[in-house]
Amino acid sequence: MKKSVFLGTLATAALVAGYASATTLEDVKARGSLNCGVSTGVNGFSAPDANGVWQGFDVAICRAVAAAVLGDPMAVNFVPTTGQTRFTALASGEIDLLARNTTWTFSRDVDLGFTFVGVNYYDGQGFMVNRALGVSSATELDGATVCIQTGTTTELNLADYFRVNNMTYEPVPIETNAEAQQQYLAGACDVYTTDASGLAATRASFENPGDHVILPEIISKEPLGPLVRQGDDQWADIGRWTLNALVAAEELGVTSANLEQMAAGTNNPEINRLLGTEGTLGEMLGLDAQWAQRAIAAGGNYGEIFAANIGEATPIGLARGLNAQWTQGGLMYAPPFR
Amino acid sequence: MATDSGAPTGSFRLSMLLYDSRYRSLTIQVFAFFVLMFGAAWLVYNTKTNLEALGKPFGFDFLFNTSGYDIAQRPIEYSSQSTHLRAAMVGLLNTLILAVMACVTATVLGVFAGVLRLSNNWIIARLMTIYIETFRNVPVLIWIIVTSAVMSESMPPPSAFRGADPSASMILWDSVAVTNRGVYIPAPLVEHSLGSLNIPGVQLSLDAIAFLVVVALSIWVNRRVLAHATKVQNATGVRPATWWKSLLILFLPAIVLLYAMGFHLEYPALRGFNFSGGIQMRNSLIAMWIGLSIYTAAFIAEIVRAGIMAISKGQTEAAFALGLQPGKTMRLVILPQALRVIVPPLISQYLNITKNTSLGLAVGYMDLRSTLGGITINQTGRELEGMLLMMLIYLIVSLVISTVMNFYNDRVKLRER
Repeated sequence: MKKSVFLGTLATAALVAGYASATTLEDVKARGSLNCGVSTGVNGFSAPDANGVWQGFDVAICRAVAAAVLGDPMAVNFVPTTGQTRFTALASGEIDLLARNTTWTFSRDVDLGFTFVGVNYYDGQGFMVNRALGVSSATELDGATVCIQTGTTTELNLADYFRVNNMTYEPVPIETNAEAQQQYLAGACDVYTTDASGLAATRASFENPGDHVILPEIISKEPLGPLVRQGDDQWADIGRWTLNALVAAEELGVTSANLEQMAAGTNNPEINRLLGTEGTLGEMLGLDAQWAQRAIAAGGNYGEIFAANIGEATPIGLARGLNAQWTQGGLMYAPPFR
Repeated sequence: MATDSGAPTGSFRLSMLLYDSRYRSLTIQVFAFFVLMFGAAWLVYNTKTNLEALGKPFGFDFLFNTSGYDIAQRPIEYSSQSTHLRAAMVGLLNTLILAVMACVTATVLGVFAGVLRLSNNWIIARLMTIYIETFRNVPVLIWIIVTSAVMSESMPPPSAFRGADPSASMILWDSVAVTNRGVYIPAPLVEHSLGSLNIPGVQLSLDAIAFLVVVALSIWVNRRVLAHATKVQNATGVRPATWWKSLLILFLPAIVLLYAMGFHLEYPALRGFNFSGGIQMRNSLIAMWIGLSIYTAAFIAEIVRAGIMAISKGQTEAAFALGLQPGKTMRLVILPQALRVIVPPLISQYLNITKNTSLGLAVGYMDLRSTLGGITINQTGRELEGMLLMMLIYLIVSLVISTVMNFYNDRVKLRER
């Protein structure tokens, strides 16, 4: 009789364990740190610096979310993922947020069961070749050997581009950016293709960046953004509105320099709502009123993050282009904080 | 005086299940079985519930969708417009090609190294010891990556072969080009092709089939001739000369067939970015092949050495007493007996090679793990289905290899009466 009681308990425990799962926000708060998936190392986007501290454009998103949720931008466990492992890591719950220059596509959003919380970089796929090859256009690449990172959209775009243009190529599948760099520099492939921002970041780390050209053709749309698991809308909202807060802060002129002064109260109600001196936006998210202040304080507003990590003053030297504010002719447009 | 055996008589009570040693073991087994089944059921149920919660229904429909990606090494026709199933087939064939290549070279290398380690020549024996201990004590993945790095870093790029005064040149009478993108070797081609056999999905070249049939027939006829010679020898004591007959039978039909089909070699030539023509053995294939071969050969060498040492020294001495030379002693007396010790562990090594081909991902070799278990899973998000399918395929391949090798083992094992 005792045995059946024991079995019954076991069964109940198993069922409860199967069903009971806290929300991601509760998990993160209980853990005291945010598990954030990043790349295995793309300079400017996510790479550890000389002191082993992760730095970069994607890393800044993780830090802003950690600051908003936990109050400490450094409370992040960075999990390096490859193009192949990133989705499994997110789906299995190993990471709470994936900020790894991941392209927002229909099937990833709908079929793979993820929610993209926005776009932090509008990109497109490009080609980099050695200047000595004398190639000036991607249409001259017939028969070339191309290094690609597997498990990415670039792989599919590449196949389409060469097929549509009746050209052949020899794909060399590669796991990480570092490996691709090594193969490309050794001449094991003629061309390296990935998102144009990634090409610029990779080229900047070469000994002689001037020996390599990025071809003018951009063969795809690559809206890169952070994503979370589907099914936890509150957590998705936190990610989405943290990103929006950074973008809105730039539009509204809130910077890390004038943040304290602005937080004391201004006569612009939108800034007041954003920074929590007016309204209850933070509460609606399940956070406190100062969430956006902390997110902005972590690394500055969107423009500051861009300039510090990948902007024209950095070795990577990317122009704002499509990623300028909508008021400047770009696509960065945060919905109203109201 | 009646002695009571002490066996309790009387009806069966429930507590006896636990306290009576006649029933206890059964109780424990039944309980363990239920726990196991419960565990399995919980796993399946949990997987199903969680997949439903994620909105991912279980199914293999994705295999029939367009794959969208290209594969460099494709033994059968494949393009980015083919299905994921086709991509998996290409991957499986690449796995098998690599496994067969590595098994053959590992066996040849291993047998040589194993025999030479027992050599009376001090230097040769020690060199083999160093080879075996170095290679089997470093993980195979490292050998694969080292080979790959050496190939891509230290070999000349195709552009080095270009120009009036190229810095690199082709070897073996301009027929083989060793580049950092792989080794290009001449391709066998025929002028008057017999066409190809179209089975849905696969094209079999009739030329290759005809060639194989002719070679097999020649070998069969040659064996008949040798058997006849042995019969004559047994009857008369004089063995008729067979070497010219064997040569004629083995090579003439094949040469005539190749001549009739207009056989020639297509040499690789530099065109555009790369060499074209010939057969390209890509860096990934070479790295996997060399890495797996030299690593597994070290294990096979030890297996061969163990097999030889298992044969008593009396056998060697008896063979020497009969006047056999050391080489013949090894070939005719020792190795045939050693095979029964060698073959069973050799089967495990072949299985290891086959399973280790899945390390191909590390150097971008597009085997089953990289196509079905890598890109397909990643592009479709069907991890569970893909992994299950991949496990099933590896299981089937391994079981087939075991069966074939066990059959061979039955042939070579000592007949005991």
